[in-house]
Amino acid sequence: MNAITAQPVTATVATLDPSSAAGMIVFEDVSKFYGEVLGVNRVNLQIAPGITSLVGPNGSGKTTLMNLMTGLLRPSSGRISVLGLSPSESEEIFQKLGYCSQFDSFPRGATAREFIEFYLRVHGYSRQETADLTEAAIARVSLTDAADRKVSAFSKGMRQRVRLAQSIAHNPSVLVLDEPLNGLDPMARAEIIRLFREFADDGMCLIISSHILHEVDMMSDSVVLMQNGYVVAEGEVHGVRDEIDEHPIQILIRCDRPQVLAARLFEHEHTVEARIHDDRQGLFVKTRRPDDFYILLNKVITEQSLQVESVAPVDDDLNAVYQYLITSDGGNA
Amino acid sequence: MEATPELTKQVNPAAVPAVRAASWSLWRRQTLAIMALEIKKNFFSRRALLLYPLAGLPLFLLAILAIVPPDTDEMQNFGMLSQVYAAVYGALILRTLVFFGCAWIFMNLFRGEVVDRSLHYYFLSPVRREVLVVGKYLSGLVAAIVLFSITTVGSMLILYFGLFPAESGAFFAGGSGAGQLLSYLGVTILACIGYGAVFLIVGLRFRNPIIPGLLLYGWEWINFLLPPGLKKISVIHYLQSLVPVPMSEGPFAVLVEPTPAWIAVPSLFLFTAVVLFLAGRHIRRMQISYAGD
Repeated sequence: MNAITAQPVTATVATLDPSSAAGMIVFEDVSKFYGEVLGVNRVNLQIAPGITSLVGPNGSGKTTLMNLMTGLLRPSSGRISVLGLSPSESEEIFQKLGYCSQFDSFPRGATAREFIEFYLRVHGYSRQETADLTEAAIARVSLTDAADRKVSAFSKGMRQRVRLAQSIAHNPSVLVLDEPLNGLDPMARAEIIRLFREFADDGMCLIISSHILHEVDMMSDSVVLMQNGYVVAEGEVHGVRDEIDEHPIQILIRCDRPQVLAARLFEHEHTVEARIHDDRQGLFVKTRRPDDFYILLNKVITEQSLQVESVAPVDDDLNAVYQYLITSDGGNA
Repeated sequence: MEATPELTKQVNPAAVPAVRAASWSLWRRQTLAIMALEIKKNFFSRRALLLYPLAGLPLFLLAILAIVPPDTDEMQNFGMLSQVYAAVYGALILRTLVFFGCAWIFMNLFRGEVVDRSLHYYFLSPVRREVLVVGKYLSGLVAAIVLFSITTVGSMLILYFGLFPAESGAFFAGGSGAGQLLSYLGVTILACIGYGAVFLIVGLRFRNPIIPGLLLYGWEWINFLLPPGLKKISVIHYLQSLVPVPMSEGPFAVLVEPTPAWIAVPSLFLFTAVVLFLAGRHIRRMQISYAGD
């Protein structure tokens, strides 16, 4: 561990000039409790433009932190500032901030275009402005051909794109994305990650939660590791990359012929283990090189005409990686 | 696996309209936008399906009554029909149908969105939360007024024309029928306004609004037994003061003078404004934590 540093109470994701605080997201000693239950505790962060990933196992406080910075939750104590504004100032802040939450909900019967237009109209845009912004957002997430189809008929990945389009339609300076890659196939993941990088290159500040370390590695400038409501480490992302290379991650592929897939994946030298799921409709694979693995997986799927239902990392294994990151020498935790 | 076409950048940030300052004009546009979306939901969502049989129930029952009239004095005597309708309106339409219909529509305005996990879309928009309350309330009002006005007018016309077509023509064209009809319609609209505000705030404040809704129903039903001072802490008291044909409340009722219309109507509006103000204050501090709902 070299770039990841522990932060018992205070941390700074990037070294920044305090005078530029208006361009950042700042958490000052923020805690959030749900009754007796801890959400996040004593978080101190300054998030700079670029892509910052919040990483941690389920229940670590990532979504709470995002909901706090978008005003969906109010802190029990401490202060939060987004672009110099309090998240409670909804009229001002949401002209500059977009939030793509993980909640998959759409009005009944709405098309993708109607859904985006609904909420742009709520922003107060005129009909023409709404139409223009909707068209641009739809094009940006490559949904033009499907824009006039009902969202209820979309795949999970396409619905994810609709929500992404809705969150970027007003061209925010800060974009908060809660598990935006969930449910996407490897190709779609790569495309969306590329889009995020483009946003960041345009000067947008992106905060992305994920529990998929190799994706964090691919897209992030900075990473914040969370566990049990605490920010336990932060730093630049290349430290994570080194750790991932050393420690295999486990992935579950739900498909129709896991035996065929297992045989082909074992030809890959970085496949550590492949185990067929009890229901014989899935395959657990441990790999040291997730990037190469996903390329190989795409190839095998195409060659063998496999019907793949989902591809997802397995949490328990990731927890082990987090533990390692947090407790290794470099982590100092 | 879904095909993923090439992603492209097509937005010119400079083309995005400038940040808009808060103003009445903006709030009006936002209110209309919220109403446009919510009215669709109120009429066409899955939840709305319950409203149609509810609103149609009196029409159905009165149509049967008109086809197969019971052999009672009230039903054979045109002069008694206004009493019959007053009883049907008071007990079935006003106290039951409009009450529960408004409960369903207005409590779901916010609670339904929390259950559907979609309220955050509004909370993440640059819209004052008070504007959201107003927009949603007005949309609920449109739905309730349209549905229950049809019920009020339709049920009265079915009863009268179904039993006494000839007399009813003269009654509505030249007699007091049209005036009574408009009065009942006005009471229905005022009921939607008053109950709507109450149920909106109940849906906002309570995770399970059914129990407070039933308590309110009980309170409104026992209104006739309450002492004069307590009677006035209800919506039904003011509505009953406005119906064109007073309804008998039974031998145990505590009798009080009806509140004059010039007090009853402004009182209902004032009550509604206060409740909406409180709803606005509440939603300002509201947090979304779907996991807890």
